[in-house]
Amino acid sequence: MASNREAQNPVDLDDLYRDVILDHYRSPRNRGVREDATISAEGFNPSCGDEIQLSVAIVDSTLNGLGFGGSGCSISQSSASMMTEALTGRSLDSAREMSRHVQQMLTDDTFDLDAVDLGDLEALSGVAKFPVRIKCGLLAWKVLDQALANASGEAVNDDSDIPTRVTSG
Amino acid sequence: MTAMTQATPLDTAAIRAQFPILSREVHGRPLVYLDNAATTQKPQSVIDALANYYSTMNANIHRGLHTLAEEATAAYEDVRKQVAEFIGASSHREVVFTRNTTESLNLLAYTLGARLRPGDEIVLTTAEHHSNLVPWQLVAQRTGAELRFIELNDDQQVDADTARAAINANTRIVSIVHMSNVLGSIAPVAEISEMARSVEATMIVDAAQSAPHLPIDVAQLGVDYLAFSAHKMLGPTGVGVLWGRQELLADLDPFLGGGEMISVVTREESSWAALPHKFEAGTPNIADVVAFGAAIDFLNDVGMDAIAAHDADLTHYAVEQLSRLEGLDIYGPSDPAERSAVVAFNYRDIHSHDVATILDRSGIAVRAGHHCAQPLMGTLGVPATARASFYLYNERSEIDALVDGLLDAGERFGFERGA
Repeated sequence: MASNREAQNPVDLDDLYRDVILDHYRSPRNRGVREDATISAEGFNPSCGDEIQLSVAIVDSTLNGLGFGGSGCSISQSSASMMTEALTGRSLDSAREMSRHVQQMLTDDTFDLDAVDLGDLEALSGVAKFPVRIKCGLLAWKVLDQALANASGEAVNDDSDIPTRVTSG
Repeated sequence: MTAMTQATPLDTAAIRAQFPILSREVHGRPLVYLDNAATTQKPQSVIDALANYYSTMNANIHRGLHTLAEEATAAYEDVRKQVAEFIGASSHREVVFTRNTTESLNLLAYTLGARLRPGDEIVLTTAEHHSNLVPWQLVAQRTGAELRFIELNDDQQVDADTARAAINANTRIVSIVHMSNVLGSIAPVAEISEMARSVEATMIVDAAQSAPHLPIDVAQLGVDYLAFSAHKMLGPTGVGVLWGRQELLADLDPFLGGGEMISVVTREESSWAALPHKFEAGTPNIADVVAFGAAIDFLNDVGMDAIAAHDADLTHYAVEQLSRLEGLDIYGPSDPAERSAVVAFNYRDIHSHDVATILDRSGIAVRAGHHCAQPLMGTLGVPATARASFYLYNERSEIDALVDGLLDAGERFGFERGA
């Protein structure tokens, strides 16, 4: 069963722990709270205790800057760190689209990486091969979705089991 | 614990041969199963007992008049007697089968909780598993009773002094974990029972971790109630035990209502069945209880003193070997005599989830996270830990494999190999 699946599609630890991921884990970018944040959100994985706090400065529908805090494993923290870099300067719509693509990539190991340009975030594609770690990779993006939805007054339809909370300002 | 050094070492090779799962591979490596505090593996005799029950005697119990029902009832009730003997109960009527430790503790929280008033105090320790915390939080919210906590001392252990500071004339219930599922620490239950008795409080022990690893004698412990789970001691999932002193159980109201637990039912009211059936509403988990009997046989054949000695030896060895690794923090009492079976740790700045994923690729199963003990994680000042936990089939060589796997993890995260 599990071993047969693995025989057809071998999974290696190198798929999960790419250099980029370990680099962001050891030297996180944009760590801290943004003083000029217009929206903040936080979320955690109840089953493992990973947590992410996110603060975003949005001006004229553009993400001027993001900061993150929290604690957790290399996947949850590097995912957040890469996210803050990748989204800086993007429009709300573009950020939402990137979030959708990254979440598809994290949950589907047949996701076509050539169809979109996710930059360094593509390093997270191996997470999909480690089912128990998917929620680690998703955490930052679920928090982002809640923050962005709150910024535009929408409700987020989230069927994941990651509790998130949004505060304005 | 002093008796342990006298026990003869276990023949782990012979024991391992009786656990089919231990011969499988994980990711091309022999399985090293070090997650026994979560659940233990099952010997062939338990698996056979389960299959045999369904193959030869399956029937509903206690009411059927046919042969199968008679045989199934006898098999089920025999295990109750076995359990009573295993823990030194004075009667099999004191043994109630539940789903798990959590349900046993909820039964007590619900029935004893109904008697509490504002100002009454429930005493727990800061090392409780959520199963011995959340039910009492619900009781406190419902009744206005207050929770008080026995703090850990500087050696991360519950002791008589920290217990004395929490127990007073307002204490109605003392409910504590016997062996911590994170620290492996063994609480001085008999001493704390004395304190509870001196203020006429009910004394409850969560023995989910201790019943598998230590000889248990409820009379010696001096407790009123004791809860544990079959699946952590070679038995199947879905069976828990609640032991209570007969006169106390007799005085409790039922927890769940339904068939099996009644004597006479009219439109308006019912009277209750005798102990222990008053607490076993509905068709119980007959097959798994029967298979639990085979697990107790297995433990008795090996001998609980020998198992306790073996687990203590492995724990001692693990603490010794892990301590050699640079950047490795071990939690729990420093005195090996005060702990067993469980070693929680953090290595370098590598999160325990990453440690567990990397170890898994070498076939080594450990737990990572908060271990359903979030308040304890707060006390220890860490968000999570990795945890290796041992049982009668584990060997020192598996701890060596764990150490090797940790060095692999360190290397992957950029640390030089070499302890």
